[in-house]
Amino acid sequence: MKLALASLASLASLALLAAGCGGSGETTPKEVVLVTHDSFAVSKPVKAAFERETGLQLRILQGGDAGEALNRALLTKGDPQGDVFFGVDNNLLSRALDEGLFEPYKPAGLDTVPAQYVLDPEHRVTPVDHGDVCLNTDTGWFAKHGLPAPRTLGELTAPSYRGLLVVENPATSTPGLAFMLATVARYGESGWTGYWRKLRANRVLVVDGWEAAYTAEFSGASGSKGKRPIVVSYATSPAAEVIFASKPLAHAPTAVVADSCFKQVELAGILKGARNGKGARKLIDFMLTERFQADVPGSMFVLPVRVGTPLPDAFTKYAVSSAHPLELPPADIGANRDRWIEEWTRVVLR
Amino acid sequence: MDPGRPALRRGWDVATAAIPAAFVALFFAFPLLAILERGLTSAEGPWLPAGTGGLLWFTIWQAAASTVLTLAAGLPLAWAIGRFRFRGRSLARALVLVPFVLPTVVVATAFLALLPAGYERGIWAILAAHVFFNIAVVTRIVGGAWATIDPASAEAAAVLGAGPWRRAREVTLPQLAPALSAAAALTFLFCFTSFGVILILGGAGRATLETEIYNRAARLFDLQAAAVLSLLQLGAVAVVLAVASVLEARAGAASTLADEDVVLRRPAGRERIAVVTVLAVSALVLVLPLAVLVHRSLGTWGALFHETPALLVEPWQAAVYSVAFASVAALIALAVGGLAALALAKRPPGAADGFVLLPLGASAVMLGFGFLIAFDEPPLDFRSSWWLVPVAQSLVAAPFVVRIVVPALRSIDPQLREVAATLGASPAHAWREVDLPLAGRAFAVAAGFAFAVALGEFGATVFVARAEQPTLPVAIFRFLGRPGAENQGVAAALAVVLAGIAVGAALAAERVADGRGRSL
Repeated sequence: MKLALASLASLASLALLAAGCGGSGETTPKEVVLVTHDSFAVSKPVKAAFERETGLQLRILQGGDAGEALNRALLTKGDPQGDVFFGVDNNLLSRALDEGLFEPYKPAGLDTVPAQYVLDPEHRVTPVDHGDVCLNTDTGWFAKHGLPAPRTLGELTAPSYRGLLVVENPATSTPGLAFMLATVARYGESGWTGYWRKLRANRVLVVDGWEAAYTAEFSGASGSKGKRPIVVSYATSPAAEVIFASKPLAHAPTAVVADSCFKQVELAGILKGARNGKGARKLIDFMLTERFQADVPGSMFVLPVRVGTPLPDAFTKYAVSSAHPLELPPADIGANRDRWIEEWTRVVLR
Repeated sequence: MDPGRPALRRGWDVATAAIPAAFVALFFAFPLLAILERGLTSAEGPWLPAGTGGLLWFTIWQAAASTVLTLAAGLPLAWAIGRFRFRGRSLARALVLVPFVLPTVVVATAFLALLPAGYERGIWAILAAHVFFNIAVVTRIVGGAWATIDPASAEAAAVLGAGPWRRAREVTLPQLAPALSAAAALTFLFCFTSFGVILILGGAGRATLETEIYNRAARLFDLQAAAVLSLLQLGAVAVVLAVASVLEARAGAASTLADEDVVLRRPAGRERIAVVTVLAVSALVLVLPLAVLVHRSLGTWGALFHETPALLVEPWQAAVYSVAFASVAALIALAVGGLAALALAKRPPGAADGFVLLPLGASAVMLGFGFLIAFDEPPLDFRSSWWLVPVAQSLVAAPFVVRIVVPALRSIDPQLREVAATLGASPAHAWREVDLPLAGRAFAVAAGFAFAVALGEFGATVFVARAEQPTLPVAIFRFLGRPGAENQGVAAALAVVLAGIAVGAALAAERVADGRGRSL
């Protein structure tokens, strides 16, 4: 009997809640909802500052990596889960723009952002941060084995680096995709598959995602039992190793192979059909303010796009930003991405 | 006869069936159909994605092999727990639940560190992990049934001169058959739809239907292929469940329940050695991966109480949200599953019993996607409501409640209810006075199980959880996704917390169950 009552009570409360939620759509929104990926982060004081200044509550819905989050936004296109989407990058941008996911908006702070990050002339997306995808090496491993760490992409096919590299599958991982594009940018349409054939012969290990590659297979991540000293990760990963070390470190345990870096810019846009368009514009504006931009390195481990934003110490010391990262025009990526991934799968996995 | 009685009884019958049916229709069938429809009508292309045959074959045989191995590994422990009384028995029963509730992603990384070099990835790693995860299913279901089998019949056989093997084959095994087939079906189902284990331990390119559905839907946004594969998976699961319930029904209804207090005894002589060996080996296997997590978490416990960029809340708060959500989910699952069990228990065992498990055959990512597109406008504008999290969790937990409670209800002598009715008790009154006390133990165990399952749910929760109210699995996943020793350590520490809460809940459920047992 108790159970029957409990069930009735819970169903009744469900119905009440449903009714309560159903009616709230028409009033003036008091909150702005940001849809984003798992790596998004903002520190509490910065979030509070936004809420104080605008009188809006900032609600964050996040899940999956950049690609998965974007797909969820595409799934709910036209009737979005939130007002702003953050986390589309230059590698996936064409997919979002072709599908007409975003509303154009040119924020006030855009004049503080160098032109190289402004990827859409129609301003459907606004650049927020950039962080290159680079090979990371385990400095201690190479010192112990008396082997110089690789300095270029080309060296990785040498016999001395046999069985040392772990990469992510570009079909399933954002950094994996960026690294594949890096090889396309370096060796061109005619040469990149040949390069991967050599990597395969040199026993490259492919795993599905960044977690498996970096935390389980890479020997340089602190506390890792991994055995491979070269991994595809980010330009800022060595800085993260220092900041989140369990004991204070004098030197970063890992280093970046600058020659391998591929440019990655993360952008935000106002979702078409947003319930709170006005709040969405305020949020985009806020993301370019000095306060938010200064919070970006410590929270998300990427670099701010706004010129003159101060960086934390660990970043200036260890986050080597390549002056000229490899890159490809977003339109080229959009036109060829799926075909490249198929070719990569054929050459490397089959 | 009071003419009002039959009408009342019918009303009660209809309610017990209609409420769970409505719940499943609204929160399972409707979102799933919405996303399947979207997928099937979204694009033209090859109807079956290339390579589906191989995918299906691998999915089936790895699940079959995992089930056989899990039964072999779990039966000795089920025997020790189901037959004997020893110090720490409740703890042992609670501990086997731990692997079951930990997010597969976490345990898979712990496994990676434990497996011998050269075997870290591939089919052997998958099989080992599946045994580890599902040993709880066999131990709890078979061990639970074993503890209620009246030893009198085996003793009678012994008196009549049957040796131990003959007694096992001809007396104990037939009595255990329903539990064995139920445990086998559940294990097969879990291995068939296995996700995290395959992703991490399978190696690149290794896929089952479930991982391929996730891959197509979440990563490649190929909803058409995802929908086709989901239907295939649901169909395959339905076939498995139908076969299993026919087998189970043929095996015969459970015999009259005996009280555990009568069944359990202290092991004597050689039994002692056997029980101690079984317990020691099982403890080693179950505790080792956990020990890896504890080791990894050392030195980072303080960080649970600091702000971190990875979460909007301090990490320890995820435990609070997790317990709150899982409690609500367990209540929903008990209510919905309990009512469904009442309706089912009135019928003889059959295919319907099996189909209760069908929600477990649906891909979590498709269900999550379904939530997003089905609950997007009034009057069903739920997708940003907090309670969608416990509802999603209860969808995976409720089938367990049904499976645990139905056999207990069926084993209640119907004459008891008839006597109560004759004496003028209303159906609800009869239920409270007859069924509830007798099936109380099953309800308590089901509650513990439902809570644990809800606690560990990740696949669907991640789609509806709010960032400011993360559950433990969601938080763990977020920390795992960040570089730096501290983040990895916090992930391990939160996994240890999750394991601790699960063990605590299971122990509490045991206590309640025992309390009910004594009150009989």
